[in-house]
Parts: sequence; C-alpha cells; structure tokens
Amino acid sequence: MNTAHDITVQDDAGETLVARITEFVRLARANGFQAGIGETIDAVRLAERCGALNARRLRWGLRALLCGNVQDWRRFDQLFNAYWGSNRESRSSRVEAAPGSRPGARDGQSPSSRLGLPAETDQAQAGEDGDAGDVGTRGGASAQAATGRSDFRSLTAADEMEKLERLVQRLAQHMRKALRRRWHLAREGRRLHLRHTLRHSLRYGGTPLEPVFSRRRRRLPRLILLLDVSRSMSLYSYFFLRFARGVIDAFRDAHAFAFHTHLVPISDALRERDSDRLKEKLAVISLGWAGGTRIGESLQAFNRQFTRSLLNRRTVVIVISDGLDTGPAALLAEQLQDIKARARKLIWLNPLLGRAGYEPLAAGMAAALPLLDVFAPAHNLESLAALEPQLTKL
Amino acid sequence: MSTIAEFQSRLEQAGYIAEPGLAATLLLFTDMQRPLLVEGEAGVGKTEIAKALAALFDRPLIRLQCYEGLDAGTAVYEWNYQRQLLAIKIQESEHASADEKERHIFNEDFLLKRPLLQAITQPESPVLLIDEIDRADEEFEAYLLELLSDFQISIPELGTIKASSIPYVILTSNGTRELSDALRRRCLYHYVDYPAMDKELRIIQRHEPQISQKLAGQVVAFVHGLRGLDLRKKPGIAETLDWVAALLRLQVDNLDSDPALVAQSLVCLLKTKEDRDALTPEVTARLVANSV
Repeated sequence: MNTAHDITVQDDAGETLVARITEFVRLARANGFQAGIGETIDAVRLAERCGALNARRLRWGLRALLCGNVQDWRRFDQLFNAYWGSNRESRSSRVEAAPGSRPGARDGQSPSSRLGLPAETDQAQAGEDGDAGDVGTRGGASAQAATGRSDFRSLTAADEMEKLERLVQRLAQHMRKALRRRWHLAREGRRLHLRHTLRHSLRYGGTPLEPVFSRRRRRLPRLILLLDVSRSMSLYSYFFLRFARGVIDAFRDAHAFAFHTHLVPISDALRERDSDRLKEKLAVISLGWAGGTRIGESLQAFNRQFTRSLLNRRTVVIVISDGLDTGPAALLAEQLQDIKARARKLIWLNPLLGRAGYEPLAAGMAAALPLLDVFAPAHNLESLAALEPQLTKL
Repeated sequence: MSTIAEFQSRLEQAGYIAEPGLAATLLLFTDMQRPLLVEGEAGVGKTEIAKALAALFDRPLIRLQCYEGLDAGTAVYEWNYQRQLLAIKIQESEHASADEKERHIFNEDFLLKRPLLQAITQPESPVLLIDEIDRADEEFEAYLLELLSDFQISIPELGTIKASSIPYVILTSNGTRELSDALRRRCLYHYVDYPAMDKELRIIQRHEPQISQKLAGQVVAFVHGLRGLDLRKKPGIAETLDWVAALLRLQVDNLDSDPALVAQSLVCLLKTKEDRDALTPEVTARLVANSV
C-alpha cells in the first residue's frame, strides 16, 4: 500500500482521501473482489483525476476498476454505500461479506458483524461455529445431522482415499476423449501444416521433402457431478464427496455441486489443498445439510444458473442420488429433460440400487428413469469400479 | 477532460444511447487505455459499444470474432504460403544465396496480417473488438493476455513487432465459459443489463423515428413485462427493434387492436418453442392490457 502513498504525497489530493480509497480497496478485497496493489494505485489515480467530490464518477469508476464479474457487479453498490455512507441507504444495511465461494453460510448470521473483517478471521469464526455444535443444522434429528457432518470431515482421512483416487485416475485415462477443434503438429495427420512444411523445405532448396501434418486434439469431456447430500443419503455422502474430490483433481474440467433443499457449488472447496482449510470450508458448507430433499428444485436452480455456462455437447452429467424426492416428480422430469437436451450424457448413480430387493419405484426416480443414459448402483467402491467400462464407453 | 454528460451526448451522436454509468466507464476506459471487458445477456448491445466508440473517435474498428480452435494463423498473422512457394520457384533460376532467398520470402510482402497484428500496426489507435472471447479456448485466452500486457507480437522470421499505437481494446463475453481471473484483472469491467424503460424507448425512437409515441411506449412496456416472465431466452434490444420493425411493417399502431396479428409478430421476440408455448393467448392479452 506504500506505493499508493508515495505516488500521491506530492499531489494535491488530500492524504485522507488516499487513505480512504486505499482502505476501500482493502475492504473490497476482504469481500472477495480481485483487487491488488495495482488496483489501489489505479483507484487513487482515478480519484485524483475525477475529483473525489464527484461521487457518481468515483462510484462508477471504481466499479469498472474493481469488479471482475457479474456477482461483483451486483454487490458493488452495496459495498460502496456501506463504506462511503450514502444517505440513500442506511448504514445498517451492511454488505454480506461472504462471497460466492462460501454460499453455504447461514442466512441468520448477522451480516453486519462480518463487514470489513479480513477473510481469515471470518473463516475462523465460521469454523468455531461449526465446532460449537449443531446450531445451524435443520430438522430434529440432530444426531443424524452430526454424523453427516463428521463424515465430510473424515474426507481427508487417508484410508480408502488412495483406492478411490486410483479408480478416478483410471477413469480419467480411459474415458473417451472428445475431439477438439484445435490442431496440433504431428508426423501423420489429415491436414498439411503449410507453415512448418515450408520451413522444413528451405533445407532442401524449396522442395517439400519433409511434410508436416496437423491433427485435431482430443480432450476429456467436461464432468458435472450433482451430489445429493440429504438425510437419506447421509450414509453415502462422505464417500461421494471423496469421489468428487478425486474427479475434480483428475479432470481438468470438472464441476461439483451438492444439493439437498437447495444447490451449493462445492468445486472451489474441494480444490482446497490445505486439509485444515478444507475441513473448515466443508464445515461451513455442510451446515444445514442432511435435511430433506428437493431434487427437482435443486436441478431447476442448476439449470437457471449454470446450464448456459457449463453444459455443452462435451459434457457428461452425473447425478448421485437415491431419488427420494419430496418435490413434485413432474418438475424433476422436466429439469432432467432440460439437462439431457444440452449435455452429451446423463448418468444417475443410485446407492440404493445395490440393495437386494430395491426397485426404483419412488415417484421421482420412476419419472427420471426413462431419461437416463446410464442408471447404475453406487453403494461402495466395487460398484463404482464396475462402472468404469460403462463410463469409458461414453 | 470531458464530463460524463458531455461524453454521453457525444456517444448519442455516434448512435449509441448509454446511461451515465456506462458513459463513466467508457470515459475511464479511454483515459486509462486499459482493455474493457463487457458482459451481459445476448442482444443488449455489447458489440454496439465498440462500433459507437470507433465512430466517436473516428478510428477504424478492427473486429476479431472468437470461436473454439481460433489460432494464431487466423487471429494474428499467417504467411502467404502459396506466394512463397511461387517465389521460391521463380527464384530457382536466379543465383541468389539461400540466405537472400530466405530473407526475400519472409519479408512483409508475404505476411498476411490478421486482426490482432493489424490492430497494433495502425498509425493511430484503432478500436479493437474481440467479440465473444468466451468462445475461444483457454490457450487463446492466455495468448491474448500476453498481447494485452505487452502490445507486441513476435514473428520468428521477422523479429518482434512493437505496437505503433495502443489500440482501444473491447472484449465481450456471453458467459458460456468462465474467463480466467488473470484476464478479468487485466481489464476494466462493465456489466450491461437490459435497458431501463426510458432508455429502451429512446433507442427505439432513434432507430425507428417514424414510430408513434404511443406504440413505442406500449412496445417497451410489453417487452419489459415479457422479461419479467420466466422465459428461457429473454428478448434483448435487438429483438425489440426487430419486433418494432415488424409491427410497423404490419401497420399495427396499437397493440390491442388486433391480437391475432400481434401474436403472429411475436416470433420476433420468442426464440424457443417452450417460450412460444408459455405465451398463451391469455398471457399475451394480460401483457398487452398491462402495457396499453
């Protein structure tokens, strides 16, 4: 931050203004905006140029400078108002400090206490909350909910992790790779690469003796995992979270979501390398898990928010759920239809299918069945391994 | 240094109606010469911003449309191989050394400049529009990042070409893929939302000056009502303008005068079967009633 000071000390913009702008950028950073020293310098310059008295220009300028995506964009005004104390909005309507990466935080937590806190403190606080007991869990069955959460905690324990990882690696290797439109050089191929052919021909006085070809690249399909973490699934959810973590590691292009009554993106949390922080993140996310299930609504939320950016013809969508839905079955079918129309394959893994005598009669499951490309059991490592040929065939 | 209002009216003269917030961003953008990333739904006029700026500065607009597999050969430069091969053949009879021959065929006459190289070799800063960057793949994005920070392109046979002028770079994205944080950080950012009622009204009047005040108002209210519904593909400004043109062609001067005709013309606004089905005659009638 010193740099910003140095630049402006000799200018006539007041020291206090520089300090306030610097402080504002720091606040934005604490709130999840991508703002570094470069942005601070630019922000100070901007304030000097347009005059800090011109509040509207300062607001719009800082907005263009500090925002990086729609979420930032939508939060910015609130943050700006809260900091610069606009009269139009009372100071008490503070900014929700949790950025998109931690959407699992409970709504009830007073947001004002989080404003401006550096991210670390914030997380530590959330972590403590998690340790304090079942403050935030839904439903009466607190014992069940607690197991659910401790399961996620044991995600970092090493016992079966290795086997699972190996399985996922194998999957990644054998999965049929989709053709890409990018070409690369090869000794043999379908298309003559003129540039290199010509370059090589110089050696032979212009006769192209060494033709160089190009061929299309292949890459792994994109994988989307939708994990049901409702109470009925709590025996399995830790296992599938491990699976999801392995998948996210092995596939360059994989995204995971967890749902019970609503949908939570968990890819970012699963990418966390530091095991303590992973625990913290999952604890924050898992608050309120192991409640009821609304699969249809969760998929609808997925379709509204992510379909356009995530689904394409190279995408394989894997839903892992027991299909015990409390919402209307028609909605579930409709949403699955939407996903199927946009993705390459739709796979449903149902842990109950491994049980003797189970038949997919639950209304939701029955409605989903005709839409699925693959419907398979997944109640333990073996069943998942048995799935390999099916998945790699896709 | 001009004020926002002044810049806004200059933009309007160039054919683009911008709200003050956008004008402020664009003012900052021209001041700082940092690339600007514009996001928003399809059809809200992202590309038009670049066109308007080019008109306003009276500079050429160089456009690069992105798609998957876009490579240096189409985006930056390419050698004209056919001509090079011919030149080699022609030179066969001459007694030039291999070095001279090489210098000859790798000189600028044989270089095909693609948009990015064109943009940095202009005498005056042009407006460079990199359209739908989210459709290009990560490899291209990484290359672009390098170009946007150094503004130089190196061609192995010629050496490094430094920018003779820094172009005004506008990138647009429809959000079909997450862009990298590095690129986002490099750029200023503006999110273009669906226009407010009065802005859309002014846009319509600007494009179709002969439209009656009454019909324009009805159209805007109707389209805003439509955007409030749960549709798959919400109509953008482009669709509104199409619809206005259609209504004028059909000689509709009042939305509730001929429901059947209006219903037919809705093909301009609704682009999927589900949306067509969702807009039953009753829903249409309600929207019309609300907007008249």
